[in-house]
Amino acid sequence: MLRRGLLLTLVLLAAFAGLVAWLNVRGEAPIAADAAPADGTPQQIERGEYLALAGNCMTCHTTRGGLPYAGGRGIATPFGTVYAGNLTPDVETGLGRWSAEHFWRALHHGRSFDGRLLYPAFPYPDTTRVTREDSDALYAYLRSLPAVKQANTPHALQFPYDTQAALAVWRALFFRPGAFEPEASQSADWNRGAYLVRGLGHCAACHGGRNFLGATPQGGLSLAGGLIPMRNWYAPALSAPDQAGVADWPLDDIVALLRTGVSPRGSALGPMADVVYRSLQHLRVDDLRAIATFLKALPPTGSQAGDGKPPDPALRELGAKRYEKHCAECHGAQGEGVKSSAGTWMYPPLAGNRTVTMDPPANLVRVIVHGGFLPATAGNPRPFGMPPFGLALDDDEIAAIASFLRSSWGAAAQPVSPQDVARFRGSAGD
Amino acid sequence: MRAAVLLLALLAGGAAAAPPPDTLAQRVQPCTACHGKEGRAAADGYHPRIAGKPALYLYHQLVNFREGRRRYGPMVYLVDHLSDDYLREIAGHFAALELPYPLPAPVSDPAATLQHGERLVLQGDAARKLPACVACHGQALTGVAPAIPGLLGLPRDYLKGQIGAWTNGQRRAHAPDCMADIAKRLTPEDVSAVAAWLASRPVPVPSKAAASLPEPLPLDCGSVPR
Repeated sequence: MLRRGLLLTLVLLAAFAGLVAWLNVRGEAPIAADAAPADGTPQQIERGEYLALAGNCMTCHTTRGGLPYAGGRGIATPFGTVYAGNLTPDVETGLGRWSAEHFWRALHHGRSFDGRLLYPAFPYPDTTRVTREDSDALYAYLRSLPAVKQANTPHALQFPYDTQAALAVWRALFFRPGAFEPEASQSADWNRGAYLVRGLGHCAACHGGRNFLGATPQGGLSLAGGLIPMRNWYAPALSAPDQAGVADWPLDDIVALLRTGVSPRGSALGPMADVVYRSLQHLRVDDLRAIATFLKALPPTGSQAGDGKPPDPALRELGAKRYEKHCAECHGAQGEGVKSSAGTWMYPPLAGNRTVTMDPPANLVRVIVHGGFLPATAGNPRPFGMPPFGLALDDDEIAAIASFLRSSWGAAAQPVSPQDVARFRGSAGD
Repeated sequence: MRAAVLLLALLAGGAAAAPPPDTLAQRVQPCTACHGKEGRAAADGYHPRIAGKPALYLYHQLVNFREGRRRYGPMVYLVDHLSDDYLREIAGHFAALELPYPLPAPVSDPAATLQHGERLVLQGDAARKLPACVACHGQALTGVAPAIPGLLGLPRDYLKGQIGAWTNGQRRAHAPDCMADIAKRLTPEDVSAVAAWLASRPVPVPSKAAASLPEPLPLDCGSVPR
């Protein structure tokens, strides 16, 4: 009986291992024996350069002040730090020995040159939807870069996340190689936008939210928002009317936000300022219009507006006083904001501002504590900024201001506690 | 009714306050939150004065923060998405400010410490290949245009912090990084003494950086244009 039980356990384990292994190679063709590195055409290189901007590849694959695409930047995750690889064509330390097929396999299947599984800090759950043609163009561009000899930094992950077996199980649970399937019922713009947002743009890496094992829900198709792991910023839902949904925005305003970081309806701060500065501002307007078209048409997801209980009157009064002293000069006595002579916002209105009322209140807390500049883009080259108030105000005062804002001028969001402030303030470097 | 009218008048009065002007000074409010009104340095004894420092020096520091040669989280965060052009303009804005310096805070260090600091600043130590601070930072220690900063009017903790950061690689400048070479030749006692003496000195009037140095630089510095 005992032996039969043992045998059954072994069979089940073997079957599980077999299933995991099969799920990890499913749909993956072997690399052709004659696959070799090859330079691309000038057209491919030019296209690849543009696509690399659309994918914001350089931001992770370059250290601060380091040589472009030579890798080495650490991406902090709840499981340890993953270091981005050297993408320059150096033979020993970069992609010098990779063929276009190897590169495609990495983008599409999440597998490296030597057959090892890649960590999904590299957003292959999204880039799996990139077409082979675009993958080849990216490959051609990266091959055209100056080779930089810089050895990759080994990942610093905790056990068991540092094992290929754990990664294989993760992939069996959460990763399926995909392809972008155009929807015939939608416009060409919508389809182009969907391709960019769900593919190279890897918007879901932040805006999709992540589960406790770091996977984006619905294979990266959800844009329902989530806290960005390790960063204390909340990437708002692109589908929710009370978060970052743009269904009721004019298309031009969406394009302006993506291209310049400012718009009549909202502006980009924190990690999104980074995305605008390094990626989106460099995209062609027709691609930005396509992205805007897609985002505008996202089916709306749930709203939580107006369900807050009013804050304690004493807290609200303290908040009102601090607001008058520190905030009203720029944001207006009634939170109405200030426009420049050019008609753009110098200081955004706080009345009706979704960052103020959004849950969790991470971004509101962070903006008050750390301030920040909008990105300096070609369309907004001399941005205004918000001073950091983390030195001048304590957690109680910041909670009071936030709670005052969240219960003023028509807003009715949950009060913010000093504990919330302590939880979300983090450090400016997050 | 009268109360309501009064309230309305008060509200209207509040709303009619002059809106913030569309100026660079208004734009750089994130800087002055820590560096003090107009960049005069804050009372916290750490954040340095930026008003009146040479423009290229300030620009280099802003770029150094953005590109990882200096590592202070709040600064990196603020300049991360700002262009070279804008940083140059911001640097020029603070460099052009001429504001009176307050008198230095009194120091209570032993006379021997201050003498040691004074000797290193004014004469250096040839035996240890330490050039005098004045050889690069100007005889009056007010800096040399356009890229060498003055050393007076700075908080002592800031001075010590910066030399320490150079010693352990947390602060770097364009290569060849002359200050890193010098900092590595200093003992902790040297650093304390130099910082104490510098922080005890009043800033001369006028406090502007010198136009040039009488002698060539004693060593190669990547951040100083040739």
